[in-house]
Amino acid sequence: MIENVRLIEVKEEILSDNIKLAGELRERLRRAKTMLLNLMSSPGSGKTSLILRTIEGLKGSLRIGVIEADIDSTVDAEKVASRGIPAVQLRTGGFCHLDATMVAQGVDALPVGELDLVIIENVGNLVCPAEFDTGAHKNAMILSVPEGDDKPLKYPLMFSICDLLVVNKIDYLSLSDFDTAVLRERVLALNPRIRILEVSCKTGAGIEGWIDWLNGEAAAFRV
Amino acid sequence: MHELPVTESILKIVLKHARANGVRKVKTVRLKVGKLSDLEDGWIQRYFDYLSKGTVAEGARLEIERAPIIMKCNTCWGSYEAEAAEMGGLICPACGGKGGTLLSGREYTIKEMEAE
Repeated sequence: MIENVRLIEVKEEILSDNIKLAGELRERLRRAKTMLLNLMSSPGSGKTSLILRTIEGLKGSLRIGVIEADIDSTVDAEKVASRGIPAVQLRTGGFCHLDATMVAQGVDALPVGELDLVIIENVGNLVCPAEFDTGAHKNAMILSVPEGDDKPLKYPLMFSICDLLVVNKIDYLSLSDFDTAVLRERVLALNPRIRILEVSCKTGAGIEGWIDWLNGEAAAFRV
Repeated sequence: MHELPVTESILKIVLKHARANGVRKVKTVRLKVGKLSDLEDGWIQRYFDYLSKGTVAEGARLEIERAPIIMKCNTCWGSYEAEAAEMGGLICPACGGKGGTLLSGREYTIKEMEAE
């Protein structure tokens, strides 16, 4: 029997379909001059609040659209759309992340030619979204103070792949033993090129740094 | 957590190579998965058993090799191996420099398969 068993060399990326689709989407949006930003975080860290602040802050400078991922509701998309911003809700069912196919569907439902920036609000999860290329040009994440400064130790991949980290809910710092210096050290050890911003979506503190970053990245993208 | 879509991709690639090679039965599939990936071996096998029913890959065993996490030191530029659990407090064993840049550890590859 054993002589009938053959060894077949495969040498193929398991996620090659997604990698290919993500590359195509990235290129398509580059030609359309629309920057795609993938925003990731745990549930409840303030993704929707940051997007609502962003809508205010970018008024008059960038035309934006939002792709919302949610397990089974349209609450977030309704909040965004009520501010007059084009928004699509992807219902992900039980999915733990968005992949390039799902994001492409969201992009197709937006008037991309009229937008400078599309923000993906990924599924609230620090594990799975880090492993799947969405086709975004930039990756950003939020960590909120109540989650703790130990999160880079538990979710190193997420902190490794992001261009920017927004530390949200800094208005909670006085109530917490969260140490921003320790957090910075842990994050920079994993990813020395990451930018770190501290904000409070509630009070508005630090939001201008986020808005400046978005304007700067979008300007660099259009060149 | 996302073993199901990953396993679907594995099966699709396995069946493509099985067709191309006129395979009657796939016995073993050898994968290389980086240690930074969160995949659970047991779940991949369970999903694979479920998804592969009625195909030539039914009953195949998945062998998963874990590829090491390799970091490049940001101080001396040497490379060293790290474990996922120590990623937040990395220290270069050669120069004592803190941190590093990820070189590998995110692999998701099908290396080869044994088939009849």
